[in-house]
Amino acid sequence: MAEPRIIIVGAGPSGTRAAEACVAAGLRPIVIDEGRRDGGQIYRRQPDNFTRPYRKLYGTEAGRAQALHETFDGLKGAIDYRPETLVWNIAKGHVWTASATVQEAIPFDALLLCTGATDRLMPVKGWQFAGAYSLGGAQVALKSQAVSIGHRVVFMGSGPLLYLVASQYVEAGAEVAAVLDTSPFGARLKALPDLLAMPSVLWNGVALTRTLKRAGVMVQHGVTPVEIMGDAESGVGGVRFFAGSGREETIACDAVAMGHHLRPETQLADLARCAFAFDPGTRQWLPERDDDGRSSVAGVYLAGDGAKILGARSAEASGRLAALGDLGLPVDKGEMTSLRSEVGQYARFARGLAKAFPWPARQAPALPDDAILCRCEGVTAGDLRAVMRETGAQEANRAKAFSRVGMGRCQGRYCGLAAAELIAAEAGVPVEQVGRLRGQAPVKPLPIAIGDGQ
Amino acid sequence: MSRFVRLGETDRPPVTLYVDGAPVAALEGDTLMVALLSGGGTLRQSEFGPEKRAGFCLMGACQDCWVWTESGDRLRACSTLAASGQRVVTSQPGASWPNHV
Repeated sequence: MAEPRIIIVGAGPSGTRAAEACVAAGLRPIVIDEGRRDGGQIYRRQPDNFTRPYRKLYGTEAGRAQALHETFDGLKGAIDYRPETLVWNIAKGHVWTASATVQEAIPFDALLLCTGATDRLMPVKGWQFAGAYSLGGAQVALKSQAVSIGHRVVFMGSGPLLYLVASQYVEAGAEVAAVLDTSPFGARLKALPDLLAMPSVLWNGVALTRTLKRAGVMVQHGVTPVEIMGDAESGVGGVRFFAGSGREETIACDAVAMGHHLRPETQLADLARCAFAFDPGTRQWLPERDDDGRSSVAGVYLAGDGAKILGARSAEASGRLAALGDLGLPVDKGEMTSLRSEVGQYARFARGLAKAFPWPARQAPALPDDAILCRCEGVTAGDLRAVMRETGAQEANRAKAFSRVGMGRCQGRYCGLAAAELIAAEAGVPVEQVGRLRGQAPVKPLPIAIGDGQ
Repeated sequence: MSRFVRLGETDRPPVTLYVDGAPVAALEGDTLMVALLSGGGTLRQSEFGPEKRAGFCLMGACQDCWVWTESGDRLRACSTLAASGQRVVTSQPGASWPNHV
């Protein structure tokens, strides 16, 4: 039998570990990645002519980052690596790719989707102003370009990334005006039993808070964002919010890093026709998979944060598991069991994070009519409400067709979850009933030269 | 006034590119986004509202940071490296939108 054609999408932690397992089995997978360099977002590599050491870039995860990069460097001769290449469709047993100059349809026998995550956003009035960035974006600015997103930055949202990026900014010498967490401090106590699944990660989190305190950064819990103030020309000028005490406060700043943990990039799993199920813990529709990463579609495997947000450490384990499962080669049953149990621990920890830093679902229906919900096309919360009234739309794709929410440049990545919450609350139905925005090809806009040539 | 603040890695060779015809000083290894926002406050005008934009996700997912080559090819400023002598424009050549014709 000819060697199976294996395609791995993504060269972050899960894609790298999947590729490593394939190569060790004597196979030569195609590894397709949008990045200029491997590492994904979490272990994103700085440009060649930058000199900051691993410790400075990745903190407590420096050892993991370096090991992953070294593994990938070692694989380069043994894999068919295609950086700066977008997978924009999956259909008829083929992966459709586009780079700056080449478009291809590549057949596969096995497809491992290691597509990673993007920030999960809850819109705040004024988030369209220049100077409002996603938390992950704020981290990318520092990690891969050694810049701060502003002269005076407010971190607003929730989740572990809020504290991680804020403390990285402090350590790099940026001015952090405040860390405003929407989750109440008490939520962490309830989450503690689950968070203890990963004591070392929990401890790292505690250390981040200490870094912020030592630097004298204001940290508030249980806040409710009201508005990112600013103007059309100069951008962000400050934030207005209700403190946990209920008092309204404002803080001047020229940049806001915002977000509520992460959401998986599931569009390719959708195009590959994988079945999805509603995950009540995160209030998201996620592709189904078994313990070894098998999706509902034969030959399609899902690993890492692109399937469910379990973090980078888990991604390494789940990437390896997904590759090992069906290679048809003898596998070490002990290793499989231990990898599965490792992922199980990360899943318990993730449940803890969801309790400690809950998604503030109620902020979406509380958005005033004039707040922009879709920042791509400037569609307001009021526009979406009007569409619901006029058309009776109560399903995500139908509401999108009428309102254009989710139809713009980002294809609903940053407004889709909030729009679903708003629709659910207005219609008085559970959010799962609103459904999810269907993945559409191309999953991202194609390079213009190629698009025009079609 | 600049939007981004350089916090290190400033010992790199300078490059000069041209944005809407005007020279912009940057450093080798800068993305277009960092080059433009280290020397200015915004990247482009929104097509759908009154406000200027300066990108959002920095990881190629939101597409907020598009700029163009003078011949009209679209570039994602967050993932395109700035090059010496490069010429970019911040509005789409030949396009017009209702809010800023």
